[in-house]
Amino acid sequence: MTETASTGPAGGDVRLAGISKKYGSFRAVEPLDLTVPQGTFFALLGASGCGKTTTLRMIAGLEDPTTGTVFLGDRDVTDLPPHKRPVNTVFQSYALFPHLDIFENVAFGLRRRGIKSVKKQVGEMLDLVQLGDHARRKPQQLSGGQQQRVAVARALINRPQVLLLDEPLGALDLKLRRQMQLELKRIQTEVGVTFIHVTHDQEEAMTMADTIAVMNAGRVEQLGSPGELYENPRTTFVANFLGTSNLIETEILGTDGAGLTVSGGGGCKLMLPRDRCSTGTAAGGKVLVGIRPEKITLTHADDAGAIPEGRNRVPGRIADTSFIGVSTQYVVHSPVCPDLAVYAQNIERDARLVPGADVVLHWNPEHTFGLGADQDRSAGEGEAA
Amino acid sequence: MNPLTALRRARRHLVVIAGLLTLAYMILPNVVVMVFSFNKPTGRFNYSWNHFSLDAWKSPCGAAGLCGSLGLSLQIAVYATIGATVLGTMIAFALVRYRFHGRGPVNSLIFLPMAMPEVVMAASLLTLFLNLGAQLGFWTILIAHIMFCLSFVVVAVKARVMSMDPRLEEAARDLYAGPVQTFLRVTLPIAAPGIAAGALLSFALSFDDFIITNFNAGSTVTFPMFVWGSAQRGTPVQINVIGTAMFVIAVLIVVAGQLVSGRRARAGSAS
Amino acid sequence: MTATAARPAAPPAAGEPKPRPAPRRKRLVPYWLLLPGILWLIIFFVVPLVYQASTSVQTGSLENSFRVTWHVQTYWDVLQQYYPQFLRSLLYAAVATLLCLVVGYPLAYLIAFRAGRHRNILLVLVIAPFFTSFLIRTLAWKTILADGGPVVHALNALHVLDLTDVLGWTSGDRLLATPLAVVTGLTYNFLPFMILPLYTSLERIDHRLHEAAGDLYATPWTTFRKVTFPMSLPGVVSGTLLTFIPSSGDYVNAQLLGSADTKMIGSVIQSQFLTVLDYPAAAALSFILMAVVLFVVSYYIRRAGTEELL
Repeated sequence: MTETASTGPAGGDVRLAGISKKYGSFRAVEPLDLTVPQGTFFALLGASGCGKTTTLRMIAGLEDPTTGTVFLGDRDVTDLPPHKRPVNTVFQSYALFPHLDIFENVAFGLRRRGIKSVKKQVGEMLDLVQLGDHARRKPQQLSGGQQQRVAVARALINRPQVLLLDEPLGALDLKLRRQMQLELKRIQTEVGVTFIHVTHDQEEAMTMADTIAVMNAGRVEQLGSPGELYENPRTTFVANFLGTSNLIETEILGTDGAGLTVSGGGGCKLMLPRDRCSTGTAAGGKVLVGIRPEKITLTHADDAGAIPEGRNRVPGRIADTSFIGVSTQYVVHSPVCPDLAVYAQNIERDARLVPGADVVLHWNPEHTFGLGADQDRSAGEGEAA
Repeated sequence: MNPLTALRRARRHLVVIAGLLTLAYMILPNVVVMVFSFNKPTGRFNYSWNHFSLDAWKSPCGAAGLCGSLGLSLQIAVYATIGATVLGTMIAFALVRYRFHGRGPVNSLIFLPMAMPEVVMAASLLTLFLNLGAQLGFWTILIAHIMFCLSFVVVAVKARVMSMDPRLEEAARDLYAGPVQTFLRVTLPIAAPGIAAGALLSFALSFDDFIITNFNAGSTVTFPMFVWGSAQRGTPVQINVIGTAMFVIAVLIVVAGQLVSGRRARAGSAS
Repeated sequence: MTATAARPAAPPAAGEPKPRPAPRRKRLVPYWLLLPGILWLIIFFVVPLVYQASTSVQTGSLENSFRVTWHVQTYWDVLQQYYPQFLRSLLYAAVATLLCLVVGYPLAYLIAFRAGRHRNILLVLVIAPFFTSFLIRTLAWKTILADGGPVVHALNALHVLDLTDVLGWTSGDRLLATPLAVVTGLTYNFLPFMILPLYTSLERIDHRLHEAAGDLYATPWTTFRKVTFPMSLPGVVSGTLLTFIPSSGDYVNAQLLGSADTKMIGSVIQSQFLTVLDYPAAAALSFILMAVVLFVVSYYIRRAGTEELL
């Protein structure tokens, strides 16, 4: 497949312009503009019901948008039925045809386009997904992972301009899912086709995608590379949906060049880079200050003197600890926030860090981010699977 | 074995014993029919055993009018099955796959013929035909049979289509199959078992129908009507021959089908 | 790869963007699919009922033709004349339905839970009798229940017939031409319609539920009462309907296995229509039967619907 990588003509981007979907009075997708550059692995990430699958189905042509236009390259395909679009889909739970064997499932698209000699192509495709010797089995006789690979082969053999994947790994167990993530990434690199991948699993999206669009309630909350989204979320939803964040309510004291000083509960002063704050920075304004649990270092109160200058410090008392193996997770009561989460690698464990111990939490201000205080602090919490 | 253990064991298998008794009750008449197909009755009626004979089996069409009525019944059953299956399948697809106004009335209209004693449908249909001055016979029977088989086809096909993943059809459309191709290559093959079940049921209902046919047949005689008439005038042994032959053939077909599908399933998993 | 992935599109025209209209042809598809079948049912099922309703209030004679005179008196007359047959039909149908349930349940249970690899054979045996015309099979009961036959002998020896004679189910040394014979025939004929729905709903029950109930201190009988039977209620409901409705209008069993004293309403309707040719009376009878059955069925469905929730 490598040599035949069918990336199509230049300008094969997928462009959605003002696209939206309403079911009766329910707005599944708010008017949305989005461009997916050709050849990228793009993920639409969100909880169930956020509109990500509807968006995908509008690209496939399985759903008619209420408003807006779908472009493939420069071509308006909004009115094309699905069987006339150079786009193929890997369906949730695969939708393999139960009455056809694996070979005929994979050959289905070629045959519908009137291609007579399919044998060689199907054989090559089945080899690519390592199912060459299963060609004459029925889908029900394959394991979940094998069915998943058939679904990918059945779509990819048509050399689509864009491959759409609708929760393709949802039905697999954890171990197999990790394996298939790498497998899909390998295939995408090999064939170079644009992949648009819908998932509710943030880890899956971050592992595979070049770019992620986080969707919530029919809107794109934030768009960017996995690292960017994780390190510098712009909304509480993104901060909580991707990993865990400690969010502290603070008031802005003032700015100092590129830095911003804020004060939390108990008169605790914190600093963060101004360009990592996604809200107004005028003195007296409210801001939610965020810090990821693994960026925080935990030091026993007796050793507080050894903490280097220039770090954000917060005093607290350990309320609870749980041992995970590679790390220990602490819940710390503190005047700035009742339950701060801290993840510490189990390298050299301090035996004094037990529930009830007084501690100082400290971290590099560069890792801090600021969010608008008018949002729900717990948005997106517990929604990720 | 002491009697108490025997009793306890019998109690544990009570369900099995009761179930097998029921089965015997259901099979007994077929056995009688079969045995009496070898009878040589003394009078006109074949109700009591006289002595063994193969006469009836040697000339199954020996009773006047019997094979003619059988042929007519088969013919009507085939046409009624085709008609009811086509119309019923269309309704089933509309009910499962589309949203439309008037779903409630349509559902009631499907349900009512099944909730109506046959004699009511038979009598009212006859009223219609009499009022229209229609010639009772082949066509009125066929019309009636399609009418009462229709609902059963809808129910059978609906159940199958409802359990069918709509994503399969989307997958077909996504893989360059137009609406017609999608229907022929994916929808129809997958719905086939439901359609087949509906068709088989239609065939059985039509072939075996007596009450509605009796009202609307005029002087035409189907096989059940022949049997009914002979119950009044005298029952030829050939009736038992036909009944036994159909029973044996049908059971053989079912058993053969089971064997073939079982072997195919095993072969599939072994390859 | 950064946020440049999102290029803002040209801003849409002022206000809400215009919704795209759904294609009209697509919306008509279901109606085209429904049309032929529904028309068939309307012309050959609904219209006949209307004709029948009109016939039932006509007067006249075959020679001078019938006319609608709104003669509702017919209903009262036929009810007065034929109420024994009505009540008998409902009674026989109800008893046969109950017997089907009692006799059919063990077999359905056996096939669903205890048959193991014999399941398919048993199912074939339940359906197989269908392949012989039901009239032929009903005639076979004439042989089985014949006077002086083994069944009569056995029941006589056990003094069962004395008991049923006292109850009025049989008369003297005879089984044929008695209510018991008619009910036996009805039960026999409609038994598969009870067993198949029962089996379908029993088969869906997860076998582990039985183990769970046993684990939670339920005896097998309690397990059946509290778990199995309630979960099979959908099958019980459809099975009883599928037996009660046809048996209430049946006249084949009454005619072949019964006597003048066991005549059911179906026979009356049939002879009024086909022999006496008193169409208004026949139509009125048929209409009353329909109304009664529909009433019983809808009442039953409503009751069963609520009981299922308990």
